Amino acid sequence: MVATGHPVRAEKFVADLPRAHWHDQSLWFIRTKRDRAAHSLPEWETLREQAAAIKANTVAHLADYLEEFERNAKALGAHIHWASDAAEHNQIVLSILQQHGVTRVCKSKSMLTEECHLNPFLERHQIEVIDTDLGERIVQLANEPPSHIVLPCIHVKKEEIGELFHKHLGTDKGASDPKYLAEAARNHLRAKFLASEAGITGVNFAIAETGGFVVCTNEGNADLGASLPKLHIACMGIEKLLPRQADLGVFLRLLARSATGQPITAYSSHFQGPMPGGELHIVLVDNGRSNIVGSDDFRRSLNCIRCGACMNTCPVYRRTGGHSYEATVPGPIGSILAPSRDAKKHATLPFACSLCGSCTDVCPVKIDLHQQLLTWRREIAVQKYLPWSKRMAMKLARIVLGHVWIYRLAGKVGRFLLPKLPRMLVYNRFNPWGKQRDLPPMPKRSFRELYRDRQRSEKSVR
Amino acid sequence: MPQVGLFIPCYVDQLYPQVGLATVDLLEHFGCEVVFPEQQTCCGQPMANTGCVQDARPLAERFLQIFEPYQYVVAPSGSCVAMVRRHYEEYFHNDARYLALRDKTFELSEFFVDVLKVQRIEGAFPHQVGMHQSCHGLRELRLASDSEMVVPPFNKTRQLLEGLEGIRFSELSRADECCGFGGTFAVAEEAVSCMMGNDRVHDHQQAGTEVLTANDMSCLMHLEGLIHRQKIPMKVLHVAEILVAAIRAQPVASKSSQELPELTTPPKR
Repeated sequence: MVATGHPVRAEKFVADLPRAHWHDQSLWFIRTKRDRAAHSLPEWETLREQAAAIKANTVAHLADYLEEFERNAKALGAHIHWASDAAEHNQIVLSILQQHGVTRVCKSKSMLTEECHLNPFLERHQIEVIDTDLGERIVQLANEPPSHIVLPCIHVKKEEIGELFHKHLGTDKGASDPKYLAEAARNHLRAKFLASEAGITGVNFAIAETGGFVVCTNEGNADLGASLPKLHIACMGIEKLLPRQADLGVFLRLLARSATGQPITAYSSHFQGPMPGGELHIVLVDNGRSNIVGSDDFRRSLNCIRCGACMNTCPVYRRTGGHSYEATVPGPIGSILAPSRDAKKHATLPFACSLCGSCTDVCPVKIDLHQQLLTWRREIAVQKYLPWSKRMAMKLARIVLGHVWIYRLAGKVGRFLLPKLPRMLVYNRFNPWGKQRDLPPMPKRSFRELYRDRQRSEKSVR
Repeated sequence: MPQVGLFIPCYVDQLYPQVGLATVDLLEHFGCEVVFPEQQTCCGQPMANTGCVQDARPLAERFLQIFEPYQYVVAPSGSCVAMVRRHYEEYFHNDARYLALRDKTFELSEFFVDVLKVQRIEGAFPHQVGMHQSCHGLRELRLASDSEMVVPPFNKTRQLLEGLEGIRFSELSRADECCGFGGTFAVAEEAVSCMMGNDRVHDHQQAGTEVLTANDMSCLMHLEGLIHRQKIPMKVLHVAEILVAAIRAQPVASKSSQELPELTTPPKR
C-alpha cells in the first residue's frame, strides 16, 4: 500500500516524537482550560442547544436574513458587496483599495481571507499586506500558512520565533523571552499600523436586525487597524450571520470559553456603519457555502464559529499539527470543509480520524463532526477516491463475512497458520499493524467452537 | 427469564474466545437464557467506517435477520453495539423491524445496569484497575459521562466494578482520551495510531495500573499489542473477564499480559 496524503505528512510530524508531544501537550493544556471554563457554567449544555437552534434558524432562512442585513447595514452607511467565490472576493477588495490609491494595508485575523488566498493576490498587485495578529504576523514572517485557526503559530517554539524576529525585526540574537519578543512585535506593528492606508478585518458575527457586526480579538489589533485609516473593509462568509442582537449573548459566551478557556475575548468590537468621515465596505462571500446549505448531511457544518475547540481536542490534530492537513482550516471541521471544495485533493482527511467523537461533544454549536466525517468517507468511496487496496480489502471482507462457512474456514486457517510462520513473514513492511504492535496470540479454537463443546458437555451431564 | 441473543463480534469470536465465554458466564450468572445464533459473522462496521456502504449493507441486513427473533441482543462491545444502534439507521431508516432491533440491542455493562437493574456485583478483585473508556461506548452509547460535556458524572461500567472487594481504580491525567485504534485507522494512520496508544499506556503506567480494562477488545488488542512489544508489565482484561474472575473470587496473580486466566467453567450460581 503506497500511502499518500495525510498519513505521510502525519508520519513525518510524529517522527520528531519530542516535538509531537510538545505540540500535543500545548493544545491539551488549552483543552483543559476550556473544560474548566465550560464547567464553570451550569447552563453550558443549554447554551449549546440554543446556539445550534439559532444557527439552524439562520441557515434555514439565510437569504432573508442576508437581505435584512444588507438593508440595515446600508442604512448605517456601509457599502455592501457580494462575492460568489474567492476570485470575486479578491477582485472586489483589490478594486476598493485601488480606487482609494492604497498600497499599504493592515489586516486582522480572518480565516475567510486565508481561504481566498487574499494576501498573495494583493501582493501580486503591489499592495503590502501586514497581518497584525501576533501569531499571524509570525507565520507571515516565516512564510507559512497558519496551522490553527485561533492559534496560528502554535506549531512554532519561542526560540524559533526569537530567530525569526532576529532576522526580520532585528531583535537580539538568541533572545526568546516572550515579553521581550512581544514588545519588539508591538513596536514593529505600531509603525505598520500608523503607515497603513486601509484596514481589513474579518467578522465573527454579523447581526441581521441591526446591520452591525462584531470582531473578537485578544490583542485589539482589529480595532486599531480599522480605526486609524479612513477605509475599513470587512470580509465575511455568508454563514457568519445572526438574526438578532440578543443572540450575541449566547455566542460570545460560548466562543472564547471554547477557544481558549477565557470567559470572553479581551476585545469584542461592535462596528455599526463607518466611522465619521470614514468608509466601510462589507464583502459577503459565498465560495461554496450555499451548496452546503442544500445538503442535509453537511448543512450543520455552517454552524461553525471558528473557535478551534475541535482542533484542541482532536487526538490526531494534536499529534500531527495543522500543516499535515494541507487545508486552510485544519482539524475535524477542516476535514469536513476541505473535501467539499476538492474531494480528490483532500480525500485522506476524513480518514485522519479515529472516530472518537470528542469533537462532536466539545463543539459549542453542536456540529455532529464525527458523523459528518463518516459521511464524507462514504462520499469519498462513491466518488471513487478510495485507494484500490482499501476497496479490494473491503470487497474481500464482504465475501468472507457474508458466508459463515468461509468466515469460519478463514478464521481457522489464519489462527492455525500464523503462529507457524517465521516472524519475518508476519512482521514486515507489508504489515503496518506489526511495525510497533504485536498481534494477539492466536487461540487454537474460536469462541463458537468452545461454546459448542460446552453446550454438548452440559447436555451430556444432564 | 430474559432471553438473550448473544452477539459476539467477529474478532472476539476468532481472537478472544475467553471474552465470549466470560460474557456467557455473566449473562447466565444473572439468570439469562443465552442463545448464540451460529449464522452470525460481523455487523459490518469495518466496511461502513471505510465508507464502503455497499459492502456493509448486506451484512447489516444479515444481522437484522439473524437477531430479529430474540428478546434482547447483547454484545461485549460498545463499538459494535453503536454500529447497530446508531449507524444502521442509514440502511433501514424507519423500518419497524430495525427500530425493534435497535431498542433491544445492548452493550454488556449497560444491559446489566439498565435492563437487569444490577445494583452491585458480589465478588473480589484486589487489583488496581485502569479503565480505558472506549470512545464509541462513551460518546455514542453514553455508557459514562465524558470530559467534554457538562452533565452530572456517571459511569455504568465503573458502577459494576466498584462493588468488588479490594478493587482500586487508576486516576489518569487524561480520563477519556482515544487509544488510537479506530479500525482501519490503526493501519492507515499507523504512526499517529501508535503514538496515541503509547500515550494512553504511559498514562496508565504512571497511574499505577495493574490491570488495564475496557468494554471493547478492539481498543485492548491495539494497546496490548504495544504493551506486549515493549514488554510492559501490565495485564489486559476485558471487563467481562474481570467480573467473572471477581465473582469466582479468583485474583489474577500473573504479571504477563499473555497469561490470561482460565475462565471457561461456569460461575457458581
